[in-house]
Amino acid sequence: MVTGIGVVAPTGVGADAHWRAVLAGTRRTGPITLFDPAGYPTRFGGEVPDFTADSYADSRQLVQTDRWTHLGFAATRLALADAGLPDRAPDPYGYAVTLASSSGGNLFGQRELQRLWGGASRTVGAYQSIAWFYAASVGQLSIHHQFKGPSGVLVAETAGGLDSLAHAARAVRRGTPVVIAGATECPLSPYALACQLRSGLLSDVADPERAYRPFDAAASGYLPAEGGAVFVVEELGHALARGARIYGEVSGWGATHDAAHTTADSAGDPAQYARAMRLALDRAGVAAAGIDVVLPDALGVARYDRSEAEALRAVFADRPPPVTTQKPLTGRAHQGGSALDVATALLAFAHDTLPASAGPDEVADGCELDFLREHRRPRSRLALVCARGFDGFNSALVLRGAAPVRGETS
Amino acid sequence: MIRRRTVVTGVGVVAPGGASRDRFWKTITEGRTATRRISFFDPSAFRSQIAAECDFDPVAAGLTEAERRRADRYVQFALACSAEAVADAGLVLTDAERDRAGVVLGTAVGGTMALEQEYVTVSENGRRWLVDAARGGPYLYQALVPSSLAADVACRHGLHGPAQVVSTGCTSGIDAIGYAHQLIVDGEADVVLAGAADSPISPVTVASFDAIKATSPDNDDPAHASRPFDADRHGFVLAEGAAVLVLEEAGHARRRGAHVYCEVAGYASRSNGYHMTGLRPDGLEMGLAVSDALKQGRIAPEQVSYISAHGSGTRQNDRHETAAFKRALGQAAYRIPISSIKSMVGHSLGAIGSIEMAACAMAIEFGVVPPTANWSTRDPECDLDYVPNEAREVPVDVALSVGSGFGGFQSAMVFRRLPGVVAA
Repeated sequence: MVTGIGVVAPTGVGADAHWRAVLAGTRRTGPITLFDPAGYPTRFGGEVPDFTADSYADSRQLVQTDRWTHLGFAATRLALADAGLPDRAPDPYGYAVTLASSSGGNLFGQRELQRLWGGASRTVGAYQSIAWFYAASVGQLSIHHQFKGPSGVLVAETAGGLDSLAHAARAVRRGTPVVIAGATECPLSPYALACQLRSGLLSDVADPERAYRPFDAAASGYLPAEGGAVFVVEELGHALARGARIYGEVSGWGATHDAAHTTADSAGDPAQYARAMRLALDRAGVAAAGIDVVLPDALGVARYDRSEAEALRAVFADRPPPVTTQKPLTGRAHQGGSALDVATALLAFAHDTLPASAGPDEVADGCELDFLREHRRPRSRLALVCARGFDGFNSALVLRGAAPVRGETS
Repeated sequence: MIRRRTVVTGVGVVAPGGASRDRFWKTITEGRTATRRISFFDPSAFRSQIAAECDFDPVAAGLTEAERRRADRYVQFALACSAEAVADAGLVLTDAERDRAGVVLGTAVGGTMALEQEYVTVSENGRRWLVDAARGGPYLYQALVPSSLAADVACRHGLHGPAQVVSTGCTSGIDAIGYAHQLIVDGEADVVLAGAADSPISPVTVASFDAIKATSPDNDDPAHASRPFDADRHGFVLAEGAAVLVLEEAGHARRRGAHVYCEVAGYASRSNGYHMTGLRPDGLEMGLAVSDALKQGRIAPEQVSYISAHGSGTRQNDRHETAAFKRALGQAAYRIPISSIKSMVGHSLGAIGSIEMAACAMAIEFGVVPPTANWSTRDPECDLDYVPNEAREVPVDVALSVGSGFGGFQSAMVFRRLPGVVAA
């Protein structure tokens, strides 16, 4: 069961801010400000607005960590508070944290590389060894919050945000009652952007309104983003015993691999992608026709958009559920972005509103899907969230939303 | 419902001292050390100038030209290991079986080596903060995202099951095999190529460990610098390497008549919630992980035949895990042979956990326990049997391995001989 949501994304800090931006369809991509992007073909992205790291961690924690971890500190604290759980785990071995991370502490790492190679002495600071590596956020969170159960870090490019929730659900079944899962990312350093440009998937359209347009005839690639979402995944009995509010259940998951690389002409394998979706549906015990809404990967690269549409048609045949994507509002925060889609789906059920899709305006050939054009009430309260990762990763989750709480004071 | 069990049917290793399973086993059972002065770059500017490097020839290892071009060194290690493990297992999969065959690999620092080399170019030796994106190599994105490790191995073997990379620092290698084991037990896969790879011998990694004085500065005598459990130890020796195991659902292995090294009897992990690099002297969480892993296999402490220690060669580690073994195993801890192969092949961060699991599988197979090399002076706080300097021929039915890493992660895994299978 998901009992807490912490969002730190271009749509805002906190689940409420995110939901308001999603409902309003407010596009939050803009010029990259974390460094001067003037010299790069991609100059726009999604940054977390007004993020004050020192509201979520003390100066000692901040100095030894990257911005990606700062975002993780914030998202985790917000998720715990949302779940009504204390900041320090009351039963440390009953709490664990498994997050996904695509690329580690990029800004911190580049500063230290610059010191090592460009500085007078061939040294790095004392915190490089614990700030750059992919386990930095999880280690820090485990120490601060006293999460001492089986913790982990998963990497599957964008798909890993969903994998972390699947892993959390497995860990709950194995006997850890509370598992923190999800992902945050900050791939917005000059060097990390230079690396991402080599994927060939970024958009170089010089207008943030028009740069990232999945499934649209004008699709030109995606814009990178930072942020993500972190969740409290909790065993049902544990949640009920403390009277926790339940957003929904991670009911099914599936992961497959194309066994093929991403290249200049690859499009992913729709058959393997569809198989990941079917595995998730089967595990949840749900027929395709029972799905209320689909949140797709929405890469924004024409050939990948077409193959995603093909995979969805393979699963849903002639009864397609509505498809909605909010990724154009934020940009793609890699594993954080797929986690953010999970937050959007659970918030949609909590607010009893499936949000309209942020595009496409002009549907690309081959991408004809039932895009949700207006907000509407959920019916079956079952969402399928899908994500693909560079070089062939496919993951899908089935979320079963709880009924919205009526008369909730706010 | 029948409980699904996981067995090990193939082993592949690239380690310092020998880039193959057999050469690795020969190195560690002969007690030979593979630590030396760093040859990949001039290490003179650094506090620690030694490492355990692999003499790895990607052509001889059978990597295709495309693989050699695109894959960073740690990924190349994994490709070589996975091919060796698959051949060892005699694994030939049908199309339907490929859908249920996955890849779970660990790495602590991923593409750091390639990222640093490319950084030097695009930043003009660290002069530019706003690096020149146009000068980056074509595979820079693959270096940025360590998911490339699992992707490349899945592509090589045509595996369509779940693929993921686990990156929990220095326990990655145990955790990856543990997650793979869980996928098999849970019925999400029937076969998983599981292991880990790291190639961190690069200036930035060396400088990072220099900064916290974690690595040994014994530059005058590289061959004897890695001294776990010895009173005269001065830190760990950085290393590179990889190991990949073929994990298979027991029935799947039996039906195809596969040779079985051993069973994965248990896997557990805890975090100490204490410090990013410091360890609690009482070994509490590592002890809990050991107890949990043994309990999963219904194994009593007295049944453990061998412990592959984390044994990094730092004073705090050696005392921490000695305390953990006593805590979890009681009096039996004094009787069980314990060794650290890091004394010979160094500490390859995320990879070493898998290399040590490969050693455990082979210890069960051959009835030999590798030694702790370079042991000469007893530390009064490390008073267990560390198998000093010479391998020991003993039947190994149950092998326990532990790992401990930055971030406070403590993991334990137990391999057990299948009933009715005798040592080779």
